[in-house]
Amino acid sequence: MDFLAESLLAALRMIWSLDPEMYFVVYVSLSVSFFSTLIASLLGVPLGFLIAVRQFRGKRVVITILNTMLALPTVVIGLFVYAFLSRSGLLGFMGLLYTPKAIIIGQVILILPWVATFTMAAVSRIDERYRNTALTLGASGMQAVLAVAREARFGILAAIIAAFGRVIAEIGIAMMLGGNIKGFTRTMTTAMALEHNKGEFVLAVALGIVLLTVSLLMNIVLQLAQGKYGDNR
Amino acid sequence: MNKFVSILVCFFMLALASSALAQDKVITMSTTTSTEASGLLDYLLPEFTKDTGITVRVMSKGTGAALKDGMDGNADVVFVHDVAREEQFVAEGYGTQRHYVMYNDFIIVGPENDPAGIKDAPNAVEAMKRIAAAKAPFVSRGDDSGTHGRERQLWTATGLPLTDAKSPQDGQGWYFSIGQGMGEALIFAREKLGYVLADRGTYLQYKFGRTEPYELGIVYEGDDMLKNPYGVIPVNPEKHPHAKFELADTFAKWLVSERGQQVIGSYKLLGQALFFPDAK
Repeated sequence: MDFLAESLLAALRMIWSLDPEMYFVVYVSLSVSFFSTLIASLLGVPLGFLIAVRQFRGKRVVITILNTMLALPTVVIGLFVYAFLSRSGLLGFMGLLYTPKAIIIGQVILILPWVATFTMAAVSRIDERYRNTALTLGASGMQAVLAVAREARFGILAAIIAAFGRVIAEIGIAMMLGGNIKGFTRTMTTAMALEHNKGEFVLAVALGIVLLTVSLLMNIVLQLAQGKYGDNR
Repeated sequence: MNKFVSILVCFFMLALASSALAQDKVITMSTTTSTEASGLLDYLLPEFTKDTGITVRVMSKGTGAALKDGMDGNADVVFVHDVAREEQFVAEGYGTQRHYVMYNDFIIVGPENDPAGIKDAPNAVEAMKRIAAAKAPFVSRGDDSGTHGRERQLWTATGLPLTDAKSPQDGQGWYFSIGQGMGEALIFAREKLGYVLADRGTYLQYKFGRTEPYELGIVYEGDDMLKNPYGVIPVNPEKHPHAKFELADTFAKWLVSERGQQVIGSYKLLGQALFFPDAK
């Protein structure tokens, strides 16, 4: 038990003293997760929206595929993208393997289905009549879409925050595609795995605390947003 | 329903009893990835079990983590390769005694065209200097393993300016500290067409033990500074009363006995001897 308390104390001291190595790791994690969430949202939100409001042949097939992709393990994505980015792979000439960009590519594949399906669910819940009313009130097609999006915005926000939480906590992709390079692609999760391997726990515990704090903050933001939403009604 | 529960309880107790029975002749060993990945343990441990009836459960990780297991009482015996840290482990009372068991050697693996020109280097330190001077990609384990420890010794001996972590550079350049195992480091070096300090066993596995080709070759070998001695240490029962000292000691003594040494010396990987018995 001592050793847990000791690690915890040393970890808090490390956070307090602004240890540069630790904060660089945190920075890499946050920036990589930010960009992968941003890209996945730019692609996934419109995609989910389209699937929800449009009727087309094969819609159920698309939904089934997306739902299946929710279960993709990170190591499978890691392997798959590795095969493309490796020097002997199709895109090897681009030299992307073992860079933050490679992690972002993998993570976008990971969370795109999440953002798309949850957006789709949020938009589907908005009554069809809502859009029709907007149209009959003289809204243009685009305005009607925006009206629906406005109604569904908290569902979409929740999807994006969940996706961010997923990428910042994942390790398979960051390890296989980023390579855990010190001072370049080392993220919070790969650093924690490494410290455990080294038999040292202080940095790992400190990073664990930061990771949980980030998640807590994201969820507080979400709660606040939803609280406001409730008041407006 | 009641019947079902009682059957379940019976099964549970049976399982408990059998595991308790099996447990009195089992020890847990924490060792380095190189002993397991090279296939030595798969060859050695059945012989040991045949001689003594003791089963060895193996956890393989970096030397640092293996020693940590010993310190925390999570293993009965450690089998690792970092003499300085092993002696410290014994001095601090975590282990009873360090036995020399065997050695193998490190090699510098790199592209056959050898861009840094280290093939004819007079010694290993000079080879490292040339890699740094050429800024050729170099992959470091960076995981506090025995191999990483040796690499740090070599960098220190070059007299180059080093960071706190005893590496010549940090971040995005020619030096990549990846914090992963030997196999991952070899794969990483292939991707970067770079150099990597490797133990011979793991390298042979990757070069000849797989169907997929491995393009890098041995570009430097044979310096005394690349010798890699392994030691076995039973965990001290005074620190951790639950450690099975007697069985662990039997294992250590068996390794350094004539029989154990003969088994080690006769192990061949892809036709090459890997470990040289070294008991004193």
